[in-house]
Amino acid sequence: MVDALLASTALPNARPWMAGRDDPKPVMFRQGWQKEKFPNQSPQMKRFTLADTPFDTTTLRANLLDERVGGYASFEGWVRNHNADRIVHGLRYEAYAALAESEGEKVLDEALEKFDIIDARCVHRVGDLAIGELAVWVGVSAAHRDAAFAACRYVIDEVKARVPIWKHERYREGDAGWLHPEP
Amino acid sequence: MARMTILYFAALRDASGVACEVVDSAAPDLRALYNELQARHALPFPARQLRVAVDGDFAAWDEAPRDGTEVAFIPPVSGG
Repeated sequence: MVDALLASTALPNARPWMAGRDDPKPVMFRQGWQKEKFPNQSPQMKRFTLADTPFDTTTLRANLLDERVGGYASFEGWVRNHNADRIVHGLRYEAYAALAESEGEKVLDEALEKFDIIDARCVHRVGDLAIGELAVWVGVSAAHRDAAFAACRYVIDEVKARVPIWKHERYREGDAGWLHPEP
Repeated sequence: MARMTILYFAALRDASGVACEVVDSAAPDLRALYNELQARHALPFPARQLRVAVDGDFAAWDEAPRDGTEVAFIPPVSGG
């Protein structure tokens, strides 16, 4: 699978799950120097990110913690081996990248407005995922736990409902299909 | 007549057989544009189950198609 991903990276048009993004950029997470440079979080900083390779939640979590934080809540969505009555062997996420990034950013902006939190982030995988891989991560920091829990719940619910990402499941019997739940 | 690039995702792409195509249409609004394309490609959803986006932003179905824009039809999402 690593070989396949590396091979497809060399061909920009060979990544259908990133369709709609003109110029695929590597995933960038906030680094320590940025924290010092932009202590009040510059408006252009991305809080929602699509990742086409596995990502490290330790760094993401560390970037949310500072002296103001009394509570941190996170949600992790993992690829499970079944859905409804079917045995699932793997899946692929496809996104309309440009719109997914802007809509995901809106969800996080809303969370910061609605809840008494300090910061929030979300990363969603795209591309091929195996059973047991991390599919989506939400992290929220706050002074107190109630707001952290509530905002974390809000972000994952809204991302699932609104952000243009689609799941394509492969089943044990060899067939596969898109999941398009009725609103 | 407006010339647009249409983007198809997920089951809509499977049905149309293409990820994008350039289309000329005299449809008065985006709903009528979708109905034309639904008939052409036997797309599996009625417009009411979809959302529509123009140039990367969600749009209203009663907006007029504009020449040179990129129109995406968004089937029900299933991220997370």
